[in-house]
Amino acid sequence: MSLGAGGLSPDRHVLPNGAVVLARQNRLTPAVTILAGFRAGSARDPDDQIGLAHLCARVLDRGTASRSADQIADQLDGRGVALSVSVTRHLLSLSCTCLAEDFERVLDLLGDVAMHPVFPDDEIVTKRGEVATAIRQDEDSPAVMAIEGLFALLYPAPHPYGRRTRGTLESLGRIDRQALAAFHAAHVGPSSLSLVIVGDVEPPRALDAAGAVFGSWSGPAAGADGVPAAAQPASRRRTIVPMKGKSQVDIAYGFTTIRRDDPAYHPLVLMNNVLGQYALGGRLGTSIREEQGMAYYAFSAFEANVGEGPLVIRAGVNAANVDRALASIDREVAGLSGGGATDREIEDSKLYLVGSMPRTLETNSGIAGFLQNAEFFGLGLDYDLRLPDLINAVTRDEVNQVARRFLHPDRAAVVIAGPYEGQEGGA
Amino acid sequence: MTAGSNPDRLPVRETTLANGLTVLIQEVHTAPLASVWCWYKVGSADEGPGCTGISHWVEHMNFKGTERIPRDQVKGIIERYGGSWNGYTWLDQTTYLETATRDALDQMLFIEAERMAHGLYHPDDCESERTVIISELEGGENDPEQLLEIEVTAAAFKAHPYHHPTIGWLPDLKRITRDELYGYYRRHYVPNNATLVVVGDVEQADVLRRVDHHFGSIQPGPIDRTVRTPEPAQAGERRVKVVREGTAAYLKIASHAPAATDPDFYRMLILDAVLAGAKGLNLWSSFRTPPPQRSARLYRALVDRRLASSVAGAMLPTRDPFLYILSMTAVEGTPLAVLEEAATAEIDRVAREGITAEELAKARIQLRARLVFENDSVTNLAHQLGYFETIASWRMAEAALAGLEAATVTNVNEAAARYLRPSNRTVGRFEPAQAGELAPSTGPAAPPSPAGGQRP
Repeated sequence: MSLGAGGLSPDRHVLPNGAVVLARQNRLTPAVTILAGFRAGSARDPDDQIGLAHLCARVLDRGTASRSADQIADQLDGRGVALSVSVTRHLLSLSCTCLAEDFERVLDLLGDVAMHPVFPDDEIVTKRGEVATAIRQDEDSPAVMAIEGLFALLYPAPHPYGRRTRGTLESLGRIDRQALAAFHAAHVGPSSLSLVIVGDVEPPRALDAAGAVFGSWSGPAAGADGVPAAAQPASRRRTIVPMKGKSQVDIAYGFTTIRRDDPAYHPLVLMNNVLGQYALGGRLGTSIREEQGMAYYAFSAFEANVGEGPLVIRAGVNAANVDRALASIDREVAGLSGGGATDREIEDSKLYLVGSMPRTLETNSGIAGFLQNAEFFGLGLDYDLRLPDLINAVTRDEVNQVARRFLHPDRAAVVIAGPYEGQEGGA
Repeated sequence: MTAGSNPDRLPVRETTLANGLTVLIQEVHTAPLASVWCWYKVGSADEGPGCTGISHWVEHMNFKGTERIPRDQVKGIIERYGGSWNGYTWLDQTTYLETATRDALDQMLFIEAERMAHGLYHPDDCESERTVIISELEGGENDPEQLLEIEVTAAAFKAHPYHHPTIGWLPDLKRITRDELYGYYRRHYVPNNATLVVVGDVEQADVLRRVDHHFGSIQPGPIDRTVRTPEPAQAGERRVKVVREGTAAYLKIASHAPAATDPDFYRMLILDAVLAGAKGLNLWSSFRTPPPQRSARLYRALVDRRLASSVAGAMLPTRDPFLYILSMTAVEGTPLAVLEEAATAEIDRVAREGITAEELAKARIQLRARLVFENDSVTNLAHQLGYFETIASWRMAEAALAGLEAATVTNVNEAAARYLRPSNRTVGRFEPAQAGELAPSTGPAAPPSPAGGQRP
């Protein structure tokens, strides 16, 4: 069972070099998911080399001291395995799913990629070209431009959350082999590693394999991710990104909120669920999609992080409806802040959030992500067991308090990207 | 996939109710969950002129309340059980699903029975959903790859109704009436045109009792199977070009391909694995995770050589012959002509010379692994049973391995020569124009990605 009375209760082991290994068995399929997270995210990019962590991830699996890029590709592909290396603000993660019978060999390969990359120059040129193309594609996407524009408004320099993870065409050109190798040496080491192994493999076997691969690795002690406090603006800010050739406008609207360790975390999770998640977009979805038929999507998303994370409201609407959609968002934001949530809404959201846990924790990748997150934020091995109580203990007053604290249309950051001219300084 | 070595996973049981409803149940006791899917054998290929997009619009209407689920009680009806619900429409099928904890089983069956027989179709809701769907279409148009796919598919099919996109053409979406929506719903939403799939921590006999209680009294109806004109053989390469404001250039090469029931289907899956990396067979899950493709022929010929920043292949199981589509993004600064020349050189080479025994063996290993990976939840298991039932038979979910085993170098190479020949191709280019370079665009008409509108 994925979630019996005992919960996930993963096996957790710390190797002598500081690497943390978490293992959990799940037998639905004869497969294993491996998720190796390093505290080496884009928040650590130097100011003049934005995109460094991201390019490091792109080139990481393109050659090690003992294997060429082609050999790595052949060995992974030959087992049906696709290795993903991804970067978020605070994590550089290697992840893949393999057959249980291939587990040791695939973990060995993943370890080689993580520990001994050589960043060949020709591979850097290739991957830089791919990233440059992706940056150009982003510039053509109203959704990406709206979100990136919002982050830039919410987190002005020098805050790292305001920067593009992929970097810019200019910053990309400044990243060379030496910079990639230095970034890897400084940040990708055993003490910054949380390795999660979930699937059809018994925990002792998983821990043994992890010890064999990573046990003798040495590296620098991981420094903490320092993130400055987010700015607290006193006024509304708005950016329009005109994209005349597009069919639809993307709106991103948001606020900065709290750090993950803030006691207001669970009240904010509930508030966000009421505002823009519950059953196809919460209050926002009901107003903008269901009642007004204005958008295929209208919702909010909340992320608390090492630094104060954002609450982001999104909607995709016809250019003619932008002002009406913004007015609706303002009305729902002000309505929740001023009038508060109802008992029924809070009860419904609690039932949903608690009741959805077995689904979240059904698959290997779902469990691995949950355990990685719990480890990263120090939430404890029994977090899955405590979470229902943490959610159920939230009171209506606490939800309404965070709504009053964060939801202020006159302090919102707003980005409108797409075929919209509008008036600067307008709504 | 069969139950395999997992003792918590029992074989599928098939039952047909007196009203013709096919019921597929599989007990999987790994997690305390149940997934319910109700499938209808109606999709965009069943739509006539003037009514493109109606299947998908009907799907949207079926989230708008029923006789016993009033409009204001739809919100939260499954969320209160921690569950999620959704639906999608594609070429050959429309489907609805709920996944929740097992104690919501009865509620899930109740929702699906109501949806089958008692939809409200209030005129105001039909109008409000018209603009939601047009917004969905316009959001899709923001993506140049979707625009190009629609144009390529329409060019490849002149006669068969796979020609038009699942979301429909904009003029039809502006015109279709409430009575047409309701009439279409009543014609196709009958138990003898449906398959109900239940997978999870349930007990077969108990499920059957509940299914009979909720669905047993729904009357069957005449099945109105639309005639689909088979696509005549293509006589020569077709080309389409889309020019819109943009920043990147895209290339698609689409070849008419075999239907899911054709033995050649598995041979094409092997070829796709060799060219672009194996995906598997689950539209709901497999195409959301990257394939193992770093050693695939097109990856090495195009991405490693800095001509493309990405390459993807899609060989999807369909009721009638559809397309094998290769999609590429040109690296910044690479002319599409150069990319196309390199891509067609590889395609021509495999059509001419075939694959090797080593490549066949590797492709089989990849596909076997993907079939394991894609069946990692009760939701995904249930999807596969129902999906295959709408295009062929649910047993195809279990027959896939045998189909792959039957592939040989010889028959794969014959398939390569047959399907990948130049005269069977439609080549599409998206050429980005600089902002302001084009006259104001009226815009071509429509989006969907392979799985049509996920999210209702």
